[in-house]
Amino acid sequence: MIRDHFRILTVDLATGKGKVVTLEGRDTEAGGSGLAALLFNKYGHPDKPWDDPEQPLIFTIGPLTGYFPLMSKTVCGFKSPYHNQYGESHAGGRSALSLRFADLDGLVVTGKAERLSCLSIGSRHLELIDVHYMRGIDLQRSGKMLRKMIGGAGHRSIFRIGPAGENLSAYACITVDTYRHFGRLGGGAVMGSKNLKAIAIQGDGVFDLPEGKEYAELFEEVHKQLTTTDMMDKYHNLGTPVNVAVLNAIKALPIKNLQQTTDPNIKGITGETFADDTLLRNTACAGCPVGCIHIGFVREKFMEPNQYLYRQVSYDHEPIFATGSMLGMTNAFSVLSIIDMVEKMGLDVMSAGVALAWATEALDKGIISEKETLVPLKFDDAAGYKEAMQHLGLGSNDFYRLLAQGTLKAAEQYGGEDFACVLGQEMGGYATGEVFFTSQALGFRHSHLDSGGYSFDQKHEEKNVEEAVKFLLRDEQGRVLLTSMVACLFAREVYTDELLANCLNSLGYTTLADNMHQVAQHIQKLRWRLRLATGFDPAAVKIPKRFTEITTWKGTIDKKYLNNLKKEYAKRILELGKEEEKEPKKKAPKKEE
Amino acid sequence: MKTAKILTTPHMERCIGCHACSLACARLVNKRLSWDTAGIRIVSSGGLSTGFESKPCLACNPAPCALACPTGAFFQRKGGGVLVKRKLCIQCGECAAACPVDAIYLDATTEPFVCIHCGQCVPFCPHDCLEMAEVPAEPSPEEEGKEVAP
Repeated sequence: MIRDHFRILTVDLATGKGKVVTLEGRDTEAGGSGLAALLFNKYGHPDKPWDDPEQPLIFTIGPLTGYFPLMSKTVCGFKSPYHNQYGESHAGGRSALSLRFADLDGLVVTGKAERLSCLSIGSRHLELIDVHYMRGIDLQRSGKMLRKMIGGAGHRSIFRIGPAGENLSAYACITVDTYRHFGRLGGGAVMGSKNLKAIAIQGDGVFDLPEGKEYAELFEEVHKQLTTTDMMDKYHNLGTPVNVAVLNAIKALPIKNLQQTTDPNIKGITGETFADDTLLRNTACAGCPVGCIHIGFVREKFMEPNQYLYRQVSYDHEPIFATGSMLGMTNAFSVLSIIDMVEKMGLDVMSAGVALAWATEALDKGIISEKETLVPLKFDDAAGYKEAMQHLGLGSNDFYRLLAQGTLKAAEQYGGEDFACVLGQEMGGYATGEVFFTSQALGFRHSHLDSGGYSFDQKHEEKNVEEAVKFLLRDEQGRVLLTSMVACLFAREVYTDELLANCLNSLGYTTLADNMHQVAQHIQKLRWRLRLATGFDPAAVKIPKRFTEITTWKGTIDKKYLNNLKKEYAKRILELGKEEEKEPKKKAPKKEE
Repeated sequence: MKTAKILTTPHMERCIGCHACSLACARLVNKRLSWDTAGIRIVSSGGLSTGFESKPCLACNPAPCALACPTGAFFQRKGGGVLVKRKLCIQCGECAAACPVDAIYLDATTEPFVCIHCGQCVPFCPHDCLEMAEVPAEPSPEEEGKEVAP
């Protein structure tokens, strides 16, 4: 619904009761990332640990969610088990439209349920359902059970966790509608700590649209841009896995725990091979006609003679890099079989793949033994990695339980910090050079999507620290505006400032449209203040030695440039977090309904 | 021979579940933002791994929903399906109960929403799952009078 304030549902899992709260801030925090930070400021506890029952788990959408194509993402805000600081993770699926049609701008879950539970909400209902019998059940099976239990197929979204979330892995994900994820920074463990197996959101509300033709005509214009031009071809065609061959060709693909950046035998796991051999179909987030979700399959012979089963597995560049090139895999189906196990366990695929890549090298170097790994991890051995992923999700022994808290945590105890591919959290799939490494290591979400550092590396030969850091900060600001609307970042070329302003104006958000730049600046600072208040020290961030040992198309990594980038970016982040703001100011809640 | 056009869904295997069709119907025909108040609605057929199904009106002739309607709000459309005179609707829900394929959505006030085969959803489908098909048609007596779209 179009409104000049936020309508938030808060639910206390200890009592199973909720409250609808009306909150000011539409013109200052907009929604999405801005609203999540606003809500953490209101409901969060910077000084308490991430798993304190009082900590909120926050889901937010934005003013354009559901009203325009590709405004289809949800922001999840929480104090992360990975670093015990405030963090964000984003997901699509049907999550955003479900929240929109449940008539909520945000959902805040606090407290801890007495027994493992599923929170079921909609525009006209709220129920906490006891699902204690689902403890330990993998994500695929629990998905089937939940779908039968909750009505409204097609017009609902189900967020759920697997064993990794229940076991409080610091990189347990929250799976959304089977194929999408709030992947990074351990949102799944936050749900696990709250005894929350699932959240089901029924999108059963109906809203009036703006009078006149302006809105409908603008919608059609945007839809046409997205579907009849080549702007989204990359995502619709091969999808993000197109990057595998491209990065490999420029010596920028992390391979075998970043021991290599290119491999002449990459063909077995390129986007082209995935499409030719494994692609079953594409699917889409609700409200997005692009259809970037690529679904492949795994086929297993479980009995002689010729008895097979199959499962469908979604793939993208990041899962292929993390469980493919980083683990030295050479076959697309083998990669899918590892992703399949990661999905069952409910782990963040990037962190899990990179963690096992480190464990493989650590085992090879004799830092750890099979006593720890339980299986003889070897690059390109899919069967071993599948088993190890299960151990990681289940926390089979002390080693896997520690590794599930983060690769560096394990390296601190066992050794091997130099070759732990961690940039704030386990790295993304780009070994493009100094700017990307700095961008992820210090970025707000430690995500490859915080800003386009990988792109800057590829477009700039010169080593200008000032220009690079200026770019990272400016790009972050542009992206935080989009993630406050909440747009899919794949649409960032389509949703220019002008188009965003037109969209906001067509819905009556004229003040927001007039002040987008100031609002983006404000949200950027608000988020950094929160991050610093919860303990982040950008000056203390270390980039492991492995990142300085690689060779890209530009040659070897320039350690001095990397160090200067890190220092300057850290300095600017600290300044951003400390800067006093005149306007806009936050207001107190107007009323409670 | 007189003809009319009806909405058909011959290529649902291509559907990616973007809901662009239902959102377009809700937006352009029913002037609402909603997943539900649409003449065509998309559901996953037992989880996303099994693909998508549409719930469109199959253009029955005679239409059981029109026969069940006690006030003439739903009336037979030439070529199959129905047209709707909203002012005559008493929101009894009999139309939805009579529909054999669950194509009529009743909102919280029991207001019915059904496909009127106008085709406005078709161009929004990115994979050409939907098509308007030409069928033989004789106008019904009611239709000779004024047509009122929802």
